[in-house]
This record gives sequence, C-alpha cells and structure tokens, in this order.
Amino acid sequence: MTAAQARATEDAESRGALVELDHVSKFYGNIKALTDVSLEVHAGEISCVLGDNGAGKSTLIKIISGLHQHDAGTFRIDGEDTVLANPRDALDRGIATVYQDLAVVPLMPVWRNFFLGSEPTKGTGPFKRLDVALMRETTRRELLRMGIDLRDVDQPIGTLSGGERQCVAIARAVYFGAKVLVLDEPTAALGVKQSGVVLKYVAAARDAGLGVVLITHNPHHAYLVGDRFVLLKRGAMSGSHTKDDVTLDELTRQMAGGSELEELSHELERAPAPDRLGGGPTGADTP
Amino acid sequence: MTAPGSTAAPDGADERLLRTSPLRKLLGRPELGSVVGAVAVFVFFALVADSFLQTSSIGTVLYAASTIGIMAAPVALLMIGGEFDLSAGVMVTSSALVSSMFSYQMTANVWVGVFVSLLVTLGFGAFNGFMLTHTKLPSFIITLGTFLMLTGLNLGFTKLISGTVSTKAIGDMEGFASARKVFASYLTLGDVELKVTILWWAALVAIATWILIRTRFGNWIFAVGGEADAARAVGVPVVRTKIGLYLGVAFAAWVSGQHLLFSYDVVQSGEGVGNELTYIIAAVIGGCLITGGYGSAIGAAVGAIIFGMTSKGIVYAEWDPDWFKFFLGAMLLLATLLNAWVRKRAEATT
Repeated sequence: MTAAQARATEDAESRGALVELDHVSKFYGNIKALTDVSLEVHAGEISCVLGDNGAGKSTLIKIISGLHQHDAGTFRIDGEDTVLANPRDALDRGIATVYQDLAVVPLMPVWRNFFLGSEPTKGTGPFKRLDVALMRETTRRELLRMGIDLRDVDQPIGTLSGGERQCVAIARAVYFGAKVLVLDEPTAALGVKQSGVVLKYVAAARDAGLGVVLITHNPHHAYLVGDRFVLLKRGAMSGSHTKDDVTLDELTRQMAGGSELEELSHELERAPAPDRLGGGPTGADTP
Repeated sequence: MTAPGSTAAPDGADERLLRTSPLRKLLGRPELGSVVGAVAVFVFFALVADSFLQTSSIGTVLYAASTIGIMAAPVALLMIGGEFDLSAGVMVTSSALVSSMFSYQMTANVWVGVFVSLLVTLGFGAFNGFMLTHTKLPSFIITLGTFLMLTGLNLGFTKLISGTVSTKAIGDMEGFASARKVFASYLTLGDVELKVTILWWAALVAIATWILIRTRFGNWIFAVGGEADAARAVGVPVVRTKIGLYLGVAFAAWVSGQHLLFSYDVVQSGEGVGNELTYIIAAVIGGCLITGGYGSAIGAAVGAIIFGMTSKGIVYAEWDPDWFKFFLGAMLLLATLLNAWVRKRAEATT
C-alpha cells in the first residue's frame, strides 16, 4: 500500500462510515429473515453483499432503503442511530436504491423515468408545470456523462436493454446527489459484456465519491470492484472481509458453501454414468 | 458531430434515429385509434343518414358527447392511474339528488344545495380512494360496493323523503335561474344550439390534459398505473395520487349531476346505472390501457364524440335505437384491437 493510499484509507476511517449496520436483525412473524448482520459503507468504496437465493440479501436491501424497518441491532447513518420510515425518508438522507426489476416504469419515456418522484417545475400557482426542456436536456447530458449514448430520451424505458436500464437508474441516483447507492443484483440477468458495462458505471459512481452497496451472488463480479465483502447464508452473516484479507478463490469457495461444494463435487464425480443418455423413447432403436 | 449541411442527420440529432419518422410519431399517439374510428363513424353516418350533415345536428351530437365526455376525462386519468370506478354512473345521480333534496328540505337557495352536494360528492370520491389505498382490495370490488350502496341510497332516501322515486320540483326556488345558467343553459350560433356542458367538457379535457402531460401529478399518474411499486420506491406519493384521481372523478360527477338537475327541475333516483361502463368504454376507445400506465384525456374525448355520433346517427338514420349497443360493442372491439396493433408497431425498436 502506498503512502497516498494509506492516507486515503485513514481519511475514510476517520470520517466514519456513511451507513453502518451493527448486528441488525429482522423477523417476519416467527421467521428470522436476518440475524446479527453487520455492514459498513464508506464514501468512495464498494461494499459487496454476497449470498445465495434466500440468504437474506433482499431483506437487507429493504432495511437500508427504508421499505422495512429492522427489529434489533443498530442502523446508523453518518454515525447517528436511525429508523427509516419509508423510501422517501431514505432518499432524503441520501440513500438511493436501484432495484433489480422495479427500478423504472416501463411504459414511460426515459426522461420522465429519470426525474420520477423528484420532478423539477417552473411557474407558480395553477401554472406550475414540469420543466420539460430541462428534464430532457438533463437526462440526455447525465446519461452521456456516464457514457450512455441514448438514441432517444422519448422512447419508453421498457424498450432499453437490461444493462441500459440499470445505467439510467444509476445515473439518476448519482444526479440526485445520493451519498449511498444500493444496487440489487445489477448484473443478475445480464450477459458478460453488459455486466462489464454496468460494473464500469458502478466503479464510476464509486469514483464520484459515493458509497456503494453491491448486492450480488456472483463473487467474480464482486471481487472485480469490491472493497469490503459480507457473506450471508440463511439469514446470518457467514463471513466479513476486506479486499486485503481475502482472495477470489477463497471468496468463491465461501460463497458457494465451502465444504458443501467439495462434497457436491465429490458426489458428482462418483455419480455412475447412466446406461442410456437422454431417456428418450425407445421405440426408435427396436426393430 | 456531423458537419452542418451534410447528408447525414441534422445537427444535434442521432444518426440512429432514422426510424422516428413523423408517421411513426403519429402512430405512437394513444389517441390515434380513436381518431381513425371517429372519422370512420362520421363517414358512415354521413353516407347513410341525410340529416346527419345538417349544421343543426352538430349541436345535438356535441351535446350527447359532452354528457359522456365530462365524466370520461377524469375516468381516463383514473384508468391511466391503474384503477376503475364503477360507482361513477350512480354518483352523478347521487350528486343531483343531494343538491335537490337539500335545497328543498331546507328551503334554502339552490346554490346552498349545489355546494353541499359538491362536498358530499367529493366525500364519495374520498371514500373510494381511501378504501382502495387502505384495504389494498382491487378497485373493481371497492367501487362495485360503492356502486351498489349508492344505488340503494339514491332510491331509499328519495322514497323516504319525497314518497316517490323522483324528487320534488325545485324550479320556483331562489337561485334556480342562475344555477340553470351555469349548468344547463345554451347559446345559439346561427341554427346551431350549443349547450353549456360542451364548455364544461372542453375545460375539463383541457385541464385533464394539462395535468397529465405537464405537471408532477401527471407524471405520478402514469407511474402509479404503470408500476406502482417502482413509483413508491422512488418516492412518488402513491396513496395521495390515487385518492386525488378519485376526487377528480367525484368532481366531474358533481358537474354532471348539477346538469342533470338543472336541465329539468326534478331528478329520477334510479338513473345513472350502467353509465359507468359508458365512461370506461369511451376511455378505452380513446386509447387508455385497461391495465393502466398509458392513455390520454384527449383520446377519451374522441371516444365520447364517437358515442355522440353513434347514438344520434342511428336516430338520424331512422333506425331502431336498439342497434346502438351493437355498434358500441363492435366499436369497442375494433378500437381496442387497433390500439393494441398500433402500440406494438410503435414500440417495435428492432
């Protein structure tokens, strides 16, 4: 680590975490959705939350973004104990969330989606109206700044590719001055190339000084951009690392269930080859 | 950037935008299906009914369109917001009854009744909106309940108070003349008689369109109808938006109700049943998606014009008015198919 990097790290640590979860738990009735999970998000860093389906990643997101409230533990924003009442509250505190599938309204044009919920207006009284020119121009400019060259800001956002939609949502959060960006599986449904593009924008948001929470089940994507890693398993934290103390192989192994994976590969190896592959109708080869 | 004056796309435009020809933009409008339908209906009745093209029939057709159009505008906004209001038809009658009976029973100036009626009708709308957003039941069920309750209340109260199914005449009461001017007068231009409801209609469509495409509230209407969860997640006040939409329908029901009352001076308490579907049909013909998130107030106005032309055109053609419903059904199917086809074409990006 160079002196400059060390200083930067020190700075970040002295500033404290933007968002900090300290042994947070969440129950739905008698179901423990999340138990004792701790997570720190610092400015200019990417904290990755890794876990398989049902590990509690969505619950964690919902707490950070204000859709649900935690039942135990402490949730701090800028060092201050907080319970977020609703998503608006989270947005007002600088936490913007980009959801996997409900980031946008598909039938609405890109520029309307970009400003949805925070539309700029001009005029007063009954003539208070959307500043359409500003909205279109800003959308085009902000997307271009993120490197997205959009064909037409008037096209319904549903006609964009999955990667482009993610990028619009990220650009939106950056433009509205989010301090913390929460990304729910941004690369889940994307191909290799599109995933790369999205990760590039995630890194761009980090470089712009945002604290990023990246939720994913792909350790390769996480390791490419992440600074901190939290592993979730069946609602509990099964590991917490910084980039210095973990390798990709180790992360992948833990993510995949470690010893469970070894057992699985063992089983798969010994599985006897079936007599007939495919199990199709047998009529074809009987005379 | 392309050089100015070159053969490539003009300055500032994207060379990949070749597809958006003016025709394509036109095809992308939600109103297109209804405009094509309206022209077809107009040509059809112009051919089969001689008196359809007389100037005097303009006023008649527009009046018929306006009585539906006043309600179709807010109903269209509500549908874009993803909800139905099955109580809209009888709410008009309720509004007229409240106004009439309050003035008569209190022997007050009819304007007092008119304003009490406004409050009560907005109360019905607020009830619909509140029940919908707080019980999370489908609006179909909530407003079906309101529809039945209002139908019962209309008949029950009227019989209880006046002993018959219609209200007492209020034609000789104070303020009646001025109220009639506002809600049920007409002006004559040459031999065209234009009812004041046409003005109300035009104003409501203009306001609805303004709200829909140029205000924050309009943006929220599209959003809550298109994807309510996404809207909520980015901070759109979903509950307030939906209640606001029901209040809009209630306001239009009040205007229609006062017209109903002041056109005559009595109100039949059983009226209005079935009209709620008419409003919805006008909105759907006008390009509103039944699932929400897409549509326009102008389209609903064109839908209302189709209604006006068809109902009066059949009379001018001297056919049995029973054919009206058949035309309506056929129109609804054709317009919806056309809308679906047009939208698919317009949204095809590859």
